[in-house]
Amino acid sequence: MNKTVIKSDVTHHYLRPKKKFPNVWCAGCGNGIVMGALIRAIDSLGYDKDEVAVVSGIGCSSRMPVYLDFATLHTTHGRALAFATGVKIAKPHMKVIVITGDGDALAIGGNHFIHACRRNIDITTILIDNKIYGMTGGQFAPTTPGGAIATTAPHGNYEKQFDVVKLAIGAGASYVARGTVYHVDQLEKLIVGGLKKKGFAVIDTFSNCHTYFGRFNREGDAVEMIRWFKKNALPVEAVEKIPPEKRVGKFVTGLIYESDATEFCDEYQMLVDRLAGKGNAQ
Amino acid sequence: MSEAEPEQKIPEVKEKEPKYVYGPGDPPPLNIFLHWCKGCNICIAYCPNKVLEPDRDGKPVLAHPEKCTQCAICWLHCPDFAITSNYK
Amino acid sequence: MLEYGKTKLLQGNEACVYGALYAGVQFFAGYPITPSTEIAEGMARILPHIGGKFIQMEDEIGSIAAIIGASNAGCKSMTATSGPGYSLMQENIGYAYMTETPCVIIDVQRGGPSTGLPTKIAQADMMQARWGTHGDYNAIALAPSSAKECFTETVRAFNLSERFRTPVTVLTDEVLGHMREIMTIPEEGELKVHKRQKPDVPPDWYRHFEITPSLVSPMAAFGEGYRYNISGLTHDPDGFPTAVPSEIKAKLEKLHHKIDNYLDEITSFRTEMMDDAHVAVFSYGTVARASYQAVKMAREKRIKVGAIQPFTIWPIDEARIKSMLDGVKKVIVAELNMGQLFYEIQRVAPKSTEVFHLGRYDGEVMTPLQILQKIREVL
Repeated sequence: MNKTVIKSDVTHHYLRPKKKFPNVWCAGCGNGIVMGALIRAIDSLGYDKDEVAVVSGIGCSSRMPVYLDFATLHTTHGRALAFATGVKIAKPHMKVIVITGDGDALAIGGNHFIHACRRNIDITTILIDNKIYGMTGGQFAPTTPGGAIATTAPHGNYEKQFDVVKLAIGAGASYVARGTVYHVDQLEKLIVGGLKKKGFAVIDTFSNCHTYFGRFNREGDAVEMIRWFKKNALPVEAVEKIPPEKRVGKFVTGLIYESDATEFCDEYQMLVDRLAGKGNAQ
Repeated sequence: MSEAEPEQKIPEVKEKEPKYVYGPGDPPPLNIFLHWCKGCNICIAYCPNKVLEPDRDGKPVLAHPEKCTQCAICWLHCPDFAITSNYK
Repeated sequence: MLEYGKTKLLQGNEACVYGALYAGVQFFAGYPITPSTEIAEGMARILPHIGGKFIQMEDEIGSIAAIIGASNAGCKSMTATSGPGYSLMQENIGYAYMTETPCVIIDVQRGGPSTGLPTKIAQADMMQARWGTHGDYNAIALAPSSAKECFTETVRAFNLSERFRTPVTVLTDEVLGHMREIMTIPEEGELKVHKRQKPDVPPDWYRHFEITPSLVSPMAAFGEGYRYNISGLTHDPDGFPTAVPSEIKAKLEKLHHKIDNYLDEITSFRTEMMDDAHVAVFSYGTVARASYQAVKMAREKRIKVGAIQPFTIWPIDEARIKSMLDGVKKVIVAELNMGQLFYEIQRVAPKSTEVFHLGRYDGEVMTPLQILQKIREVL
């Protein structure tokens, strides 16, 4: 692929020619925006298409890999990270990316999510957080705000929510960030950082589901919901400067946490080298 | 005169020097793939210079190409990659 | 690592480990569960020495997911579990059927249902090995009955899974898994080890689920120059989700017939003294050992009885079983459950053969005397 491709055309060079376009998502869905940012991030790092594997679970966001000209694995609901763990360990040199949703990763997939964080395995996870189950028609998710309406919370959501960032940090992930589908350049940089990070990278990506969440909660169409992200995002660098009362109702974006914990495949290789060094094999 | 409110100095609005000037032979600032576009209105709404306007189906039309400053907001936010630039 | 040709005293579980190594296993993911944990322990000890990869996942669902991921990334992969874990794995085993991903699952059966009898024997996962996950598909399941056979059937499981691009279950049990027996590890090359069939077309022509005449598609691995989509959604030969009726039908028929068309290559039986038998004892796994003893004891009493032991539980080779039972008046299906494979034999046996069930489900092994008693009873 010639390197002089104009940036706005880059996405077209990573789509599968045999796949039917436009994509399956609703008009204005943030998933497409995230896909663009992901492609540009991969392109900017100059990865060979053969060394990238994209794994997804089940849900709207998980329909992304089929469009991408990489090794793509569309797995079962909540299990993308477990499948991806197998791919990564089998081929450690490959860049393994997981596309998952807030329901897919945090509800049914929660067990695999916290363990992937704990292992700190070198996988970049883009968790598209639209606060609802979109594919199945608008049920509340582990991130749906209190009081919000959903088809399974018709009288308002009385459950509490995960803080994805705290959950990932608490479980051991070594690169935890939050982006939005409005701040596309920032999202691209966060993905690049995640891909370069030798460890488990989680990017909690706020996205709009105007078809269900927006409609049920009168938050407007795609344009307005995405604009809400623009108005209420607080870049992590600027948070300290903003007085607490001004932070109410807002959310923090950017690279929020990073650690230099060792990575799972590195640890395993160290074991292999140690055993090889010792030479004896019972 | 001194008690009067000092005259409000109206900031002189300097006509922004357009960075991109599209001459007659130049390619248009943007390309729109109508068969991929779903008419979600994001590009039209977010364009800071109102370059795009909706057609009958709500899909963008390059109404004021000369105003396009190649800020990239439209194609960065297009969920269907249905709009690209010829310059960036 | 693997001392070819050496005679060793091995547990069935250990024999499964060595069989997998002989077959070239490169990736193991598992989760502790009695009575199969020794398999994971063996893998954890040996794989890092030979460039293989081991991981203990957070649960059985993660284990089966990880081996499917690794298999698609080019590794011969295996997991091992018991009833409860096998139940947890079913959805992803279905994913392996749909995506035609080769992998081996050892199910060391124990008393069930539910937590049941973790340290006691049963053979009650037989139907689960065939119908455990939702939807139409065809399954391969094998059943060894000794440490040596745990070795050879695990090798055969890898060969069949790679040859037919499908998951294969090896059904052992608590007694077989833990009982130590003398066995000699085959020489290198003595047993055939199947190599995965790579594509012979360039990447642009490659279709991961190509419907070939043999119904088995060559398989490229991730990261080797071929890029394609794999999905659990019903898909077309390119792996793209489809709702086209003809493509749906073609996919399901591919999954089904790629196994059914090769029964003679997949199934294998052992029969003893069947030529002039009026009565036959049909049994598998640990019970088969008791059956041979019972048949010998009955013959001493000049009762014309023979034994049939399938090493391949699924698929059922109906024609072959029908012909084996031709001329046999009565067949006793002896198994450690309340009747499972019995129903298949009842369905398949010739009209002239009366089918009886001898079930033991109290956590103990079936004894030769028990079988002999049943033989006398049905005469």
